Amino acid sequence: MAAGIRTSRNGSDVAVVGGGLVGLAVALGIQEKGQQVTIYDEGDIAFRASRGNFGLVWVQGKGDSYPAYANLSRLSARLWGDMAASLEESTGIDLQLSQKGGLFVCLSESELSQRANMLDQMAANHSEGYPFEVLDHQQLKEMVPEIGPEVAGATWGPEDGHVNPLYLMRALLKRFTSLGGKLINSAAINSVQPINGQFHLHSADGRYVSDKVVLAAGLGNKKLASMVGIEAPIFPNRGQVLIAERVKHFLDYPTGHVRQTAEGTIQCGDSKEDVGFDSGTTTDVIADIARRAVTMFPLLKDVRLIRSWGALRIMTPDGHPIYQQSEEFPGAFLVTCHSGVTLAAAHAGPIADWIAEGNPDPVLNLEKFHANRFQV
Amino acid sequence: MPTDSRFNRLPVSEKGLVSICIEGQTITALEGESVAAAVLQAGVRPSRTTPVTDSGRAPFCMMGVCFDCLMEIDGKPNTQACMTEVRDGMVVNIQRGARQVLGDDL
Ligand SMILES: Cc1cc2nc3c(=O)[nH]c(=O)nc-3n(C[C@H](O)[C@H](O)[C@H](O)COP(=O)(O)OP(=O)(O)OC[C@H]3O[C@@H](n4cnc5c(N)ncnc54)[C@H](O)[C@@H]3O)c2cc1C
Ligand code: FES
Repeated sequence: MAAGIRTSRNGSDVAVVGGGLVGLAVALGIQEKGQQVTIYDEGDIAFRASRGNFGLVWVQGKGDSYPAYANLSRLSARLWGDMAASLEESTGIDLQLSQKGGLFVCLSESELSQRANMLDQMAANHSEGYPFEVLDHQQLKEMVPEIGPEVAGATWGPEDGHVNPLYLMRALLKRFTSLGGKLINSAAINSVQPINGQFHLHSADGRYVSDKVVLAAGLGNKKLASMVGIEAPIFPNRGQVLIAERVKHFLDYPTGHVRQTAEGTIQCGDSKEDVGFDSGTTTDVIADIARRAVTMFPLLKDVRLIRSWGALRIMTPDGHPIYQQSEEFPGAFLVTCHSGVTLAAAHAGPIADWIAEGNPDPVLNLEKFHANRFQV
Repeated sequence: MPTDSRFNRLPVSEKGLVSICIEGQTITALEGESVAAAVLQAGVRPSRTTPVTDSGRAPFCMMGVCFDCLMEIDGKPNTQACMTEVRDGMVVNIQRGARQVLGDDL
């Protein structure tokens, strides 16, 4: 087929580039407003954090020196329950969301006191309060009898939880398409051209025109953002993840390093490596993750590992999201973050509302997420 | 022990016999064969049930890939029966759902 021109002026009001968790959540939120959305996704060759993450809906410690991000994470965690319920009702997919609180396990006393100080500081910065508890070894053991003898303690965040991130993607997509949203696969967008107040997206297969464009292409955003006048300092950071066999339920709460899924699978990981665009695994890091997991929960020494993978986080210099409309080309939006599971409810809710209708909800503190904060 | 197995042994050169105990019943197996082969021959179905939906499974690939042959072998849960050779006196049980993990495996 010759490269065609697909003018979607009537069909598609909003083009979303990237069909990961961020693109899907934002696209669903806009589609729910009655606007026609098309998602263009590069496909399986892309780096896709949404398929390799840890599944935490996590609040404690997020935005420790940046109250706007702490508030956003808490807002999203609060919105999560309703989003999950509505997705489950409309799609029949159980997201396995559990928000009963989460533990950050600390192996040494110094790690525990550092974390306690950090959370104290956060509480001081949040006049409305910032809930957490510091648990010593004994208190932790009462909550989680399987905890290892070498563990110093943990911090407890009552707003933390976890979810099955793959079911989340499936449910977002199913709901989106059931409302008339379109997803075009294997459509890597090579360039975005602002022309007469509209946006022309070019892929190998053709050209697509829309009134608005949302860049939600994960690590692909860096290149695309510059085409609509936004500087996006985005870089990869690798995390390695271990999956062990399914075992009978023993762990009620997710932790920052180990969680047990609803099906009984054990997932371990939390490594952070600056290795560029390499999503592989390495024996030393995997051994380290396994060692920490067994120190935290000695019974895991008997559990067989099934597989491991590496995946790339989408980082900014301060680790906080960028939400920004281009000043030069209004109608072009950049949405990127490194906690797309946690923030999914904010993205499908107030962030999508802002893109669809303008007038951001003041609770978002949107100006704090502008990329101009990096230009010092 | 059920005897509706549709698996028949091919004639093989002389091999010793061993006794193994599957779900409390003693059966005779050929020296050198895998637990999965003995289980199929003996007609034990299912050899495991799945952790999530509790549906029955039996050995499938016989070469260590599919993990459908998991059984409790000599007290060790989730062991691949197709990768384990029979041994006289071996005790084999059906793997029922997810294994328990207590941290006391040998
Ligand atoms: C190891 C690890 C653990 C994590 N754990 C958690 C956690 O516990 N909780 C949490 O909240 N977050 C976690 N995250 C982060 C979370 O996974 C990401 O924030 C989220 O998946 C980002 O989604 P995304 O849609 O922006 O990116 P991606 O999933 O990377 O999706 C980007 C999409 O854009 C497409 N794309 C790229 N370029 C183009 C192009 N030019 N044209 C068209 N399409 C394009 C790709 O095909 C891809 O599908 C973790 C991440 C990692 C790596
Ligand atoms: S039968 Fe497939 S792994 Fe044993």
